[in-house]
Amino acid sequence: MKETGSKEPSLANKAASAIFVAVVLIGFLWFSVSSVGLELDFTTLYQYRQRLWEGFLMTVIISVASLMVSLIIGSLTAIGQNSRILVISYFCRAYVQIIRGTPLLVQIYFFYYIIGMAWGVNNRYIAGVLILSIFEGAYISEIIRGGLASIDRQQYEVAKSIGLTRTKTLQLVTVPILMARILPALAGQFASIIKDSSLLSVIAVIELTQTVQEISADNFRMFENYLFVGVLYFILTVSVSILSGLLERRYNHEYRVNQYQ
Amino acid sequence: MNIELINISKTFQEELVLKDVSGSFDIHSIAVIGPSGGGKSTLLRIIGGLLAPDSGTLKIDGESIEFSKKYLPSYRRNIGFVFQSRGLFEHLTAMENMLLPLVHAFAINKTQAMEISSKLFERFGLTDEKNKYPFQLSGGQQQRIAIARAVAVKPKLLLLDEPTSALDPEYTAEVLNMLGELQNDGLKTIIVTHEMGFAKNACEQVVFLANKQIIESGDSSQIFKHPQTEELQFFLNKILEWKV
Repeated sequence: MKETGSKEPSLANKAASAIFVAVVLIGFLWFSVSSVGLELDFTTLYQYRQRLWEGFLMTVIISVASLMVSLIIGSLTAIGQNSRILVISYFCRAYVQIIRGTPLLVQIYFFYYIIGMAWGVNNRYIAGVLILSIFEGAYISEIIRGGLASIDRQQYEVAKSIGLTRTKTLQLVTVPILMARILPALAGQFASIIKDSSLLSVIAVIELTQTVQEISADNFRMFENYLFVGVLYFILTVSVSILSGLLERRYNHEYRVNQYQ
Repeated sequence: MNIELINISKTFQEELVLKDVSGSFDIHSIAVIGPSGGGKSTLLRIIGGLLAPDSGTLKIDGESIEFSKKYLPSYRRNIGFVFQSRGLFEHLTAMENMLLPLVHAFAINKTQAMEISSKLFERFGLTDEKNKYPFQLSGGQQQRIAIARAVAVKPKLLLLDEPTSALDPEYTAEVLNMLGELQNDGLKTIIVTHEMGFAKNACEQVVFLANKQIIESGDSSQIFKHPQTEELQFFLNKILEWKV
């Protein structure tokens, strides 16, 4: 189909450009650090390696659990938004509007100290996952709703004319088309979940950010601690985007085709 | 095969589209012609079980069709339907498009389904296209594959809703040739079309639908030569005005 700009840049060009960008970024950082007279010493972090590792793991666990729960919440409310039963539709829309319209920090305090207390959710880890899932679920709901709306109605008519049942249509038509369209956005949302989980430190969920706050109270080396923890978050989110790239290739038929041309 | 329409009416958003349409047809090949907005596509969708009429009865070979969720999927399976355009699943290759109804609606095993599909691709000169996705195919190829997919399951009846209206003239010819060939094989068809040449020469009967009703119907050899009603005369004059 599209032949424009099909010529790949040469390897030398790619390498030179990558090195240039790296040098500029590192140079900028180094200049900034040295001009405020800061001397970074990351060796002090070594003694906290066990706690950092545990915090890192906790961040991963909370993020994965929240991703799963928020996918369920998001799917249900996405379908619910279009429900013919007005009460369900309004409920789902109100949920999406309210959650997307307020800061996560406010929600964490509100849900943990008011709703959580009232309903007896005392475990802060479970509460943390639930709060994060409710927050991210609203965004995922919109991603799924948009994806569903973008599917050509005619695809359903074709499915109908062939005599596919509703379940088969969902399984063979809706889900594959939807997945190809929303995967990039979902991956972005998962990266957000990882970063947003840092806010759970305010209810003392001992994940990566809380861990580093505790370490900072101990060694007073704020800059090293937070820079290091930033790198850890970055490793996580970069892994997610690599993984989503692989998944996208599996689902995206246009990509699959262009591979073999 | 006989189709009987008894007082079929359909309203869309408070606008009447079909008004008490009645008629009985012995189908071999029927062309439905008429001005846009006359209700042609709606009638075809009702016959195909894709739309339920608001009132009236549809009988196939004397048997009433029940427009219920339980009954319709199996009814639709036995009737092929070809749309004006975008009739293929966009996320599947031509071959996968062919296989899907065979495997998932008819529960034919995959090897056998592949065989059926390959034969049809070969017959209609589509073998080179079988691993392409719809967005890589021309409109004419897409329509031919859609027709091949519809006939692969050996339907009792094939319905086509303006299958060439979205195509360039050269593609129109290749689609119509394929259809003519299938009709000669004995496939029963109802086609909604603006291709008067095809209606006249390739279809046995013509139904003229306008103003929400069947105004005139009859043998195609007669109806174009001696249109009886004023509406059809007017319609034919109008569309044949620029004929070469």
